[in-house]
Amino acid sequence: MAVTTSRQQAPLNRYRVQAFLGRFAVHAVLTLVGLTCLIPLILVLSISLSDELRLAKEGYQLLPVGFTTFAYEYILQQPGQILRSYGVTAFVTAVGTVAGLLVCSLLAWPLARKDFRLRGPLSFYVFFTLLFNGGMVPFYILVTRYLGLKDNIFVLILPYMVTAWYVLIIRTSFTQLPTELLDAARIDGAGEWRIFFQIVVPLSKPVLATIGLFFVLRYWNDWFLALLFIDDSSMYPLQYLLYVLMANINFMAANPQTTGMPIPTLSARMAMAVLAFGPALFTFLLLQKYFVRGITIGGLKG
Amino acid sequence: MRVISEEQLESQTTAANSGRSQRPMSKARRILQRILGNERELKTNLSLLSMSLPGIILLFVFAYLPMLGIVIAFKDYRFNLGILGSEWVGFQNFHFLFGTDAAFRITRNTLLMNLLFISTTTVCALAVAILMNEAYRSRMSKYYQTMLFFPYFISWVIVSYFVFAFLNGQTGLVNQWVDVLGLDRIAWYRSPEYWPVILVLANLWNGIGFSSIIYLAGILGISPELFEAAKIDGAGKLQQIRYITLPMLYPMIIILTLLAIGRIFHADFGLFFFLPRDNPLLYSTTDVIDTFVYRSLVELGEISMAAAAGFYQSFVGFLLVVGANWVVRRVNEDYALY
Repeated sequence: MAVTTSRQQAPLNRYRVQAFLGRFAVHAVLTLVGLTCLIPLILVLSISLSDELRLAKEGYQLLPVGFTTFAYEYILQQPGQILRSYGVTAFVTAVGTVAGLLVCSLLAWPLARKDFRLRGPLSFYVFFTLLFNGGMVPFYILVTRYLGLKDNIFVLILPYMVTAWYVLIIRTSFTQLPTELLDAARIDGAGEWRIFFQIVVPLSKPVLATIGLFFVLRYWNDWFLALLFIDDSSMYPLQYLLYVLMANINFMAANPQTTGMPIPTLSARMAMAVLAFGPALFTFLLLQKYFVRGITIGGLKG
Repeated sequence: MRVISEEQLESQTTAANSGRSQRPMSKARRILQRILGNERELKTNLSLLSMSLPGIILLFVFAYLPMLGIVIAFKDYRFNLGILGSEWVGFQNFHFLFGTDAAFRITRNTLLMNLLFISTTTVCALAVAILMNEAYRSRMSKYYQTMLFFPYFISWVIVSYFVFAFLNGQTGLVNQWVDVLGLDRIAWYRSPEYWPVILVLANLWNGIGFSSIIYLAGILGISPELFEAAKIDGAGKLQQIRYITLPMLYPMIIILTLLAIGRIFHADFGLFFFLPRDNPLLYSTTDVIDTFVYRSLVELGEISMAAAAGFYQSFVGFLLVVGANWVVRRVNEDYALY
């Protein structure tokens, strides 16, 4: 740069100005797009922190009107259902993630092994589920009539435990493990299970972390299984509870006096939403780089 | 190595299965041996098979059994009779389904909305990825990525709250803006004509981070020498984008688009179910195959109708995936699903 600058001063200055303007434009556009993405979040946060009466009068604003945390206090004062749902979601997420990771990686390991005789058929068996599925109706009938899992907490866990896409990502990563280590362990007489748990798993922490986070968010954010299979409100996961509340908004708004005290419906509703996505958002912010890596692996197929 | 004597095999069998009767087991072993290989291989392969067993069972129950259950589209399903006991009715359910206006509506909405989603997301994600690449070395790059990416992890239920905060008739933010502009307020939840735009915006908001990261990875994979050479030849930024970045991304764009087209018969259920709040006034533009199947199945209890629509979706969807993959394989084998 320095050399060329001294040689052709005038055109380069123009070039530099252009480059600066270009960079400025890039950052300006990205900032604008980024902030636009944030607006819904800000709006909901502001509503949840706003004064109920002023909300009703002035409508929703991007900044809190009459800042108050009353909506949160109100929700946490009578926590019955929401605490219950938090518990359900936490249980489902924890058990589902651990079990799902275990089952998926145990399924992925044989698929990564060239010396596994059934590798071909088993790959097809896993992969075919990506191409074709029976759809909602047979699934619904299977679970409710034949498996009898309606209103059973495990119906929120089992169907998602094996996801072909995750298995394929883990397998891709497994095939890149150094074979020398595995051979050495085999010579030392380690069995397959032992090799898997003592060598393969510790060496694959990054991909397992990525898929683990996919599992966490999948279970945390799931409403679908509850929508189909859960009627008992003591087993409502958080997302489904939010759906039920949203579906009943008109009822709540039309009957504010049913419980004898003013219900902060407008702000409390949004506060519920904040409480539901808060933990997921926090997890995401903390571990974003793993997601990015996972998506890049998955999107480009290793 | 693979051929070993009967005796060896039998001794192996007794060692492994002491306690079971020897004769039939050794025969079973022989069959196993043919599939899974000799003594040493057999042990390894059995271990590996046992590892995959939980996954195999779960897939069988939750993926393959429903595939078999798809036959109910050709049956008059009665809950008390079950799938096997219910009567075969041939194509009657399909006659019934395609005799309604709904069949055309849900097919049109599913296809058109997905086409809108694919085209808007691709164009915007490409633009964002190119910008992100320009800002890649900046400290801000991480923040841009976070801001664009986080919506991907917000569930549609929550997004329906966001949308409600914008659009509800009395207090919604958009109607405040409409007031400021001095226009008439719009009853968004009663006006189906606006919903294609609303859904496209919501989908874009949700997916742009994800797609742009994939494209950004593609751009970062382009050899820097190409850009260096172009710079030396005097190409400006825009020319580099026009003549290097985009052409180098074409295979990727084509393939991702084809794969998306393969899924065009499947709508994002949460998006179409929660955002319009299952409002019958909006069905003309928001009802898609997935919401129709759900409603018929769970809310209306018209299982035959739901099964026919579901079969229609699975079947056409399968053909589209296979077709799209066939085309992808012809473009670039590395990107094909199989």
